[in-house]
Amino acid sequence: MASAIQIVAVIDYGSSNLRSVAKAIEHVASDRQKVIVTRDTNIITNADRVVFPGQGAMGDCMHNLIEQGLDAVIREAMATKPFFGICLGLQSLMDWSDEDGGVEGLGIIPGKVVHFPEDPRDAKTGERLKIPHMGWNQVKPVHDHPLWHGIEPGSRFYFVHSYYVIPKQKDVIAATTEYAIEFTSAVARGNVFAVQFHPEKSQHDGLQLLANFLVWDGSE
Amino acid sequence: MGLAKRIIPCLDVDAGRVVKGVQFVDIRDAGDPVEIARRYDEQGADEITFLDITASSDDRETMVHVVEDVASQVFIPLTVGGGIRTIDDIRRMLNAGADKVGINTAAVSNPEFVGEASSKFGSQCIVVAIDARRVPSPGETGRWEIYTHGGRKSTGIDVIEWAVKMQGLGAGEILLTSMDRDGTRDGFDLELTRAVSEAVEIPVIASGGVGKLEHLTEGVTKGKADAVLAASIFHFGEHTVQEAKKEMQKAGIEVRL
Repeated sequence: MASAIQIVAVIDYGSSNLRSVAKAIEHVASDRQKVIVTRDTNIITNADRVVFPGQGAMGDCMHNLIEQGLDAVIREAMATKPFFGICLGLQSLMDWSDEDGGVEGLGIIPGKVVHFPEDPRDAKTGERLKIPHMGWNQVKPVHDHPLWHGIEPGSRFYFVHSYYVIPKQKDVIAATTEYAIEFTSAVARGNVFAVQFHPEKSQHDGLQLLANFLVWDGSE
Repeated sequence: MGLAKRIIPCLDVDAGRVVKGVQFVDIRDAGDPVEIARRYDEQGADEITFLDITASSDDRETMVHVVEDVASQVFIPLTVGGGIRTIDDIRRMLNAGADKVGINTAAVSNPEFVGEASSKFGSQCIVVAIDARRVPSPGETGRWEIYTHGGRKSTGIDVIEWAVKMQGLGAGEILLTSMDRDGTRDGFDLELTRAVSEAVEIPVIASGGVGKLEHLTEGVTKGKADAVLAASIFHFGEHTVQEAKKEMQKAGIEVRL
């Protein structure tokens, strides 16, 4: 089967930055990997790898997923194959988000999604911070993982978000980042890896992370 | 360590070509947006902004192709401003690979458009561009009004009130240009930048007037900007983005190097 074409499915549920994600993955994919942006449950079910991107509001995201019957497919993919979540693709894996007056998530990884604190300040300088957390911030891996291969601890990735995840089990935290508080910027559990930042917009290190995902066998 | 302050080179694009003479010494085609964007990406630009100054709507389609080409080769955030008037304009740019769109005139003529756009696509991709001019004010503090049509037409709208209103409607960021300083190379209007940045909770990009590297530094330290935008200082090869970041770092500003 070495010559078979591998399918990388990018889940399309109406989020706005799918093209960016697909283009970045295509840029680092091998000749034998085909990137398909899709909402076709058959393609996602049969794909070798699944990428779950996301941007915008959690309420819309969950509404679209359920309406299009993608929630069940995501659960199945997460149980069986290398799975990569980005931004809302991380947040929606949790049980609950405070966004949009409170939204139930997929509940695949126990935990919740909350807003940055009111009047956020830099922990050291006391300087007032803006929300959304927008721009390049440092990501500190908590432990070794194949997806961090070739990426220096503390490398900067591009973030844009106002909410962050708090996983219930601390052992799923793969990286943290500081902005007013120290928050979880990446989660890893078995064949699942999900990040709060946007690797597709994070230049070399972002592409490296995506390249690592494309060769990952799904083990920690 | 924390969030880095951003440096954003801005390119004016007319009918698919970069104008206002980018002059890199070793560039093959100084009008090619893809080549120039790649150059800035290599220099460490944190984002790139394209301002579409195309006059005819027929040529607007060209901008979509420019964004597509750049987005398949440059993997940092891309913003497109100029001529964004409808939800459909935004959708086309985002589908082409833009991450954010700048809304200027359309916000002034119909503020609700900003609300509609942000609820549809998310605040993260809606940048409200404000062209400000200082107007006489009786008190000690400055007062600025929104201008449209390239800074020629006054609207009578107060800039600070407007910025707060745009934030309330769902703008994710503000691109603030001083029309008094734009093109002068005298530096940002720091009082304006600070007044707006302190009035809102969302990030503010300072623009208009950069002539030397220390102006970028001042924009952050004195203007309290979250990002600084400049055009000519980088286009003419006087300074690279990398040099600008080192200068800012020397002043104690956190940057991505």
